[in-house]
Amino acid sequence: MIKVDVRQKAFGEEEILHDIRFAMEIGETVAILGTSGIGKSTLLRLIAGIDPAFEGRITRPEKIAMVFQEPVLLPWRSVLENLTLVHPELGTEAAHSALERIGILDKAQLFPGQLSLGQQRRLALARAFAGRPELLVLDEPYVSLDAATAEEMLALTEALIAETGPAVILVTHSQVEAHRLARRCLRLTGRPATIASDLATGSALLSRDVHHDRA
Amino acid sequence: MDCSCTLTKTLQSPALVRAFSLGLLLLLWIVAAELTADTSVLPQPWALWPSFAEAAASGALPYHLGMTLWRVVCAFVPAMAIGVALGYLMGRVPAVDQWLDPWLVVFLNLPALVLIVLCYLWIGLNETAAIIAVVLNKIPNVATILREGARALDPNLGAMAQVYRMRPLARLRHVVMPQLAPFIAAAARSGIAVIWKIVLVVEFLGRSSGIGFQIHFYFQLFDVAMVLVYALSFIGVMLLVEALILQPSERRVRRWRTA
Repeated sequence: MIKVDVRQKAFGEEEILHDIRFAMEIGETVAILGTSGIGKSTLLRLIAGIDPAFEGRITRPEKIAMVFQEPVLLPWRSVLENLTLVHPELGTEAAHSALERIGILDKAQLFPGQLSLGQQRRLALARAFAGRPELLVLDEPYVSLDAATAEEMLALTEALIAETGPAVILVTHSQVEAHRLARRCLRLTGRPATIASDLATGSALLSRDVHHDRA
Repeated sequence: MDCSCTLTKTLQSPALVRAFSLGLLLLLWIVAAELTADTSVLPQPWALWPSFAEAAASGALPYHLGMTLWRVVCAFVPAMAIGVALGYLMGRVPAVDQWLDPWLVVFLNLPALVLIVLCYLWIGLNETAAIIAVVLNKIPNVATILREGARALDPNLGAMAQVYRMRPLARLRHVVMPQLAPFIAAAARSGIAVIWKIVLVVEFLGRSSGIGFQIHFYFQLFDVAMVLVYALSFIGVMLLVEALILQPSERRVRRWRTA
């Protein structure tokens, strides 16, 4: 059970978030939508526990994983070590099979800088799932990828979520991504931002929204 | 045409350029010695050989070289350790920075000589005072460089380490230290160069062994040849340290950038 109750989050005088409340179960996926600069990433940082400076209360599970807008890998450690150093409980064998799952097993001994951006993001995704998280936080994980790579990443994410079954909070601009991964959508609007709508989404909506989205 | 081409090509090899540049320095020395024409003021490079052979054979040169090197190591290790820790704290915790920054400015501007004399006066003419004087001279430089490094740490990597609950030791070793490595390397290289010069002053003023002491001794005898023999021997040792220890370790930590 994840309970988010943010009464107020401010940077200095400026209030960014106000009265954001929702609860979700393990296994549920929630998408957070909103225009850029509204405070989606700020909210994610609160939920993930990176930023403890806010008024309110967040109940979160022990095992959390996050995929950032950038891959955020350790560029000075090998691809394999990027998994095993972050998850020391993961054996070499499990790490190898995680790399195999995302199709970069042959690159295990390279440095992340030697991978393509798409491969780096897949590695970041593998790192997130390797710890079998109860809560997975995705902060626009497919941003700045070309359409084909983004699609590949989306499919991979879907499969991994199905295998691991964590609670997922996804921030995105894209309705397509939101509808594809999430059963429920929170829309942030206003200044300070608050939840404008909390809707169940269905694949039925997909065909209608898909054309507006990438505009 | 052909000739100038091969010359340009040859000059592109870094090792050759280094050798050539050192050769020029040597040439300058020979010309200067020729012009002074007084071996007691500036002897020719080859005129140092007998003095060098004699000092090496008697065991005096290796002994004093060893003493100075030992003091350099004794001062270098704590100066780096304390300086890195202090600089990191100052870069990460603004309150520490605010409180310690004025101290840093004072110590950075305190002449090495003053610190050395004060240490000898307060602690006594002994090894402890000598080492402490050198360490105190070096810490502010290391701290200043490392403070910049700590300020430049990537907040995203910090967030990543926090979300995934990396253990403090693993975080230090795999997340923080690799980011600080270029700054530590810079501090170490400038540090070792400064430290050995300060060690020489310390020895000059109040020790009875080491290169500085020997230079003091031969200074009183106006023996330029021996002063040069001791100074050049130590420069040689430091070049070896640079080539055999500092450069390879720097190459190792930079490996991921060039891969």
